[in-house]
Amino acid sequence: MNKKVKQNLGFLLLFLCILTTVIFLGLILYFIIIRGYSVLSYEFLTQVPKKSMTAGGVAPAIVGTFYLTLGAMIFSLPLGVACAIYLSEYSPQSFIINIIRISINNLAGVPSVVFGLFGLAVFVKYFGFGVSLLSGSLTLGIMVLPSIISAAQEALTAVPQSYREASLALGATLWETIKRIVLPTAFPGILTGIILSIGRVAGETAPIMFTAATFYMRGYPNSIFSEVMALPYHIYALMTEGVHPEVQTRIAYGCTLILLILVLSMSTLAIILRQRQRSRTYYGT
Amino acid sequence: MELNTKIEVKNLYFYYGRSQVLKDINLDIFEKKVTAIIGPSGCGKTTLIRLFNRMNDLIPKTRLEGTILLDKKSIYDPKVDVVEIRRRVGMVFQKPNPFPKSIFDNISYGLEINGVSDRRKREEIVIQSLKKAAIWEEVKDRLKESALGLSGGQQQRLCIARCLAVEPEVLLFDEPCASLDPISTQKIEELIRELKKEYTIVIVTHNMQQAARVSDFTAFLYLGELIEFGETEKLFTVPQNKMTEAYLTGKFG
Repeated sequence: MNKKVKQNLGFLLLFLCILTTVIFLGLILYFIIIRGYSVLSYEFLTQVPKKSMTAGGVAPAIVGTFYLTLGAMIFSLPLGVACAIYLSEYSPQSFIINIIRISINNLAGVPSVVFGLFGLAVFVKYFGFGVSLLSGSLTLGIMVLPSIISAAQEALTAVPQSYREASLALGATLWETIKRIVLPTAFPGILTGIILSIGRVAGETAPIMFTAATFYMRGYPNSIFSEVMALPYHIYALMTEGVHPEVQTRIAYGCTLILLILVLSMSTLAIILRQRQRSRTYYGT
Repeated sequence: MELNTKIEVKNLYFYYGRSQVLKDINLDIFEKKVTAIIGPSGCGKTTLIRLFNRMNDLIPKTRLEGTILLDKKSIYDPKVDVVEIRRRVGMVFQKPNPFPKSIFDNISYGLEINGVSDRRKREEIVIQSLKKAAIWEEVKDRLKESALGLSGGQQQRLCIARCLAVEPEVLLFDEPCASLDPISTQKIEELIRELKKEYTIVIVTHNMQQAARVSDFTAFLYLGELIEFGETEKLFTVPQNKMTEAYLTGKFG
């Protein structure tokens, strides 16, 4: 077989792989849209559930998911970015620091249901926050902390050492260098990590199952100590409980579609922010 | 002609981990003169120059013996403020490294962190520094544009302007032309000759012609040892040491 044929075969193989991926992705979108579209309506988006989930809307679940995601981010973003800064900019290269790094990476692989049980034991019971928006947000926040830390660390490591040297050589302190040079340069990369975390937080079921979510609510959460409905948990409940499986399945697909749209629009927002930041700091030009 | 010592290196030994990089260096850097440090790759030139502004502090597991005095005061004294040393001893790096900011902000940054809070004053110094670094004419209409859009040679002169803005006393050039074309190199050399009227300059270079062209004094380093130091003219025409002569005539490099 000559070299050119081999090369073409290689590329063909790669192309088939990407095609398979795209087809599955397309199929997922297709089925969710086809099945979910029919139940979508203004009422579905704005009303509370009625008649044991078979009528009305899912507005509390949408709001709940939004709050939970927001809460988790408010908690985990500053903490995660701060940890990353400490680990990659300040900490001496020591044995203990290496252990901490490895632990954080391992934490990222812990199944989400484990975080759920942790949240139940610590936030719900020990701190007495109860099954609430607060407990759920904190649990979700802790769950994504490792990924935020490692994404931020990666972004910080990607900042050329020469920027740091230039700044320090001008008589800047390490803190000024981090604040004024390193962080702005790393920001787009950090944001990418955040985008991925948002998707994960909004879609997780297990961590909120015991800490925040409730199957049915008449109204909206009125404080951080309220229970909340959440889309992923609502989907789970619709598919496993209740006595009208047919109607419930249709509603579940509707919820899935909404969840998808919600996550995509949050990500889009983050991408837009990132692009604006990039053009402001002249990153990569 | 009277010579004042600006930096004095005494019995300096320097180690990366266990390996010795500099061995018993004794060297005087004279005020408002250009001192070139030459020698083959890996001889410790860059290490030496980075000791003058304590840049090697950033590298873990290094050890220093001996002293370096700046205006008769040790810069490695534990009581010394590193930040202040670095402000007084500016550095231009091998690869131009402007910040990913606008041309104006690149220079203004050093002023902001050094407490020049008046914007008017900052603008004034930015313009002055750009003029001093002979790049003003090329960038005066695009101060708000990204510094990364400039050519390599322009970026390097911008970095020089950035240094000048914080009013250092010593300028360290670490192979400033290593990544530049001949014309940009020529511009930088002209600039160095101009700047020595006001600043003490140390330049590391592996280009011997460059050392001959810009410097008043030359130090030849080989395998971490200072082989010869003297007036550039003398060192290049009648080198005292055989090794220096061999290096200058290209017998090794």
